[in-house]
Amino acid sequence: MPSLKDLKNRIGSVKNTRKITKAMQMVAAAKLRRAQENAEAARPYAERMNAVMAGLAGSVGQSDSAPRLLSGTGTDKVHLLVVMTAERGLCGGFNSSIARLARGHAQRLLAAGKTVKILTVGKKGREQLRRDLADHFVGHVDLSEVKRLGYANAQAIARDILSRFEQGEFDVATLFFNRFQSVISQIPTAQQVIPAVFATDAPTALYDYEPSEEGILADLLPRGVATQVFTALLENGASEQGARMSAMDNATRNAGDMINRLTIQYNRSRQAAITKELIEIISGAEAL
Amino acid sequence: MRVDIVTPERRLASADVSEVQIPGADGDLTAMEGHAPTITTLRPGLLRAVAAGGTTTYVVTGGFAEITSAGVSVLAERAVPLDEANGALFDSLIAEAREAAATTDDKDGAEKLVADMIAARAAAGH
Repeated sequence: MPSLKDLKNRIGSVKNTRKITKAMQMVAAAKLRRAQENAEAARPYAERMNAVMAGLAGSVGQSDSAPRLLSGTGTDKVHLLVVMTAERGLCGGFNSSIARLARGHAQRLLAAGKTVKILTVGKKGREQLRRDLADHFVGHVDLSEVKRLGYANAQAIARDILSRFEQGEFDVATLFFNRFQSVISQIPTAQQVIPAVFATDAPTALYDYEPSEEGILADLLPRGVATQVFTALLENGASEQGARMSAMDNATRNAGDMINRLTIQYNRSRQAAITKELIEIISGAEAL
Repeated sequence: MRVDIVTPERRLASADVSEVQIPGADGDLTAMEGHAPTITTLRPGLLRAVAAGGTTTYVVTGGFAEITSAGVSVLAERAVPLDEANGALFDSLIAEAREAAATTDDKDGAEKLVADMIAARAAAGH
């Protein structure tokens, strides 16, 4: 049975914790709004880009002159997994869900006899995958110094991926990130970027092309990779804040419950102590 | 006709104009209402949107323009209104293009990009 003093200290410390989690929740809510706005603002570009590329890919895709970014290298022996996670924790299952999806994917590929290479973006994913997949790490992108995610960050990552592709380091590249659904739901997603895949039912409008269709496609495909990386980064950013917000909301609520329980316990033991003292006095008086 | 200028980070401008002068990869072209549907890649240069109220000029690099009979949407990797562009911006763009030219296998294309950047800078008057 803890003493009254212990209980009082305990309640104080839980109250402090609740203050911190509450503050983190509010910060996350503010950041979430900004992240969502950024993701929203980036959508028109990504959508148009995709629509035009899908149209082009539909008409050029089958020919032999199709760029390798679209047609692939002809094999799928070496896979590059780009695992995008947060730089910071305390955001519920956000990082683990991406890591779990990537790990499952990697193990399936390894079991099928493929080679797996992993490029990590954000240190939390790296920490989680280090235990069993550390031998497959080929690079890491650190975004902890980045205050505001810009297209330049995505371009840098895309350039890294593309130069590896040109040097023949891998055949297939897949991005792993969380797609933002709502504050309580983020969907871990695996998206293949090289060779590029498009929805096949894209309407092929009749356009004149300057220069040729192949020329445009060759110019657009690398930009498309950067765009997809950028979209993934933004989705991830919004998901991270959403996950953190709901995790901290839970933590705040749990701290509240705990304070209530501890307060009841504290009051009971205080009452018990008083009763005990009264009994002692009364029985002392009766004995006289 | 309608012109939309979109960058990866946001929609920069959307306006009603009478014509748009586009720095296409194969040469400049002007799109007016009723233009045949065309998709062209952009070279670094100046894009002018001419409206009754005046002309707005943007510095654009990389990307493409989609022209339909009703409007033009320009998807540029970088687009800056001309009055916000300065020497430092062009310096950084040219430096970036040079760096890319130094590492790539496609020397021809990369050098052309550098030359285009320098021409764009001269056209912008910086």
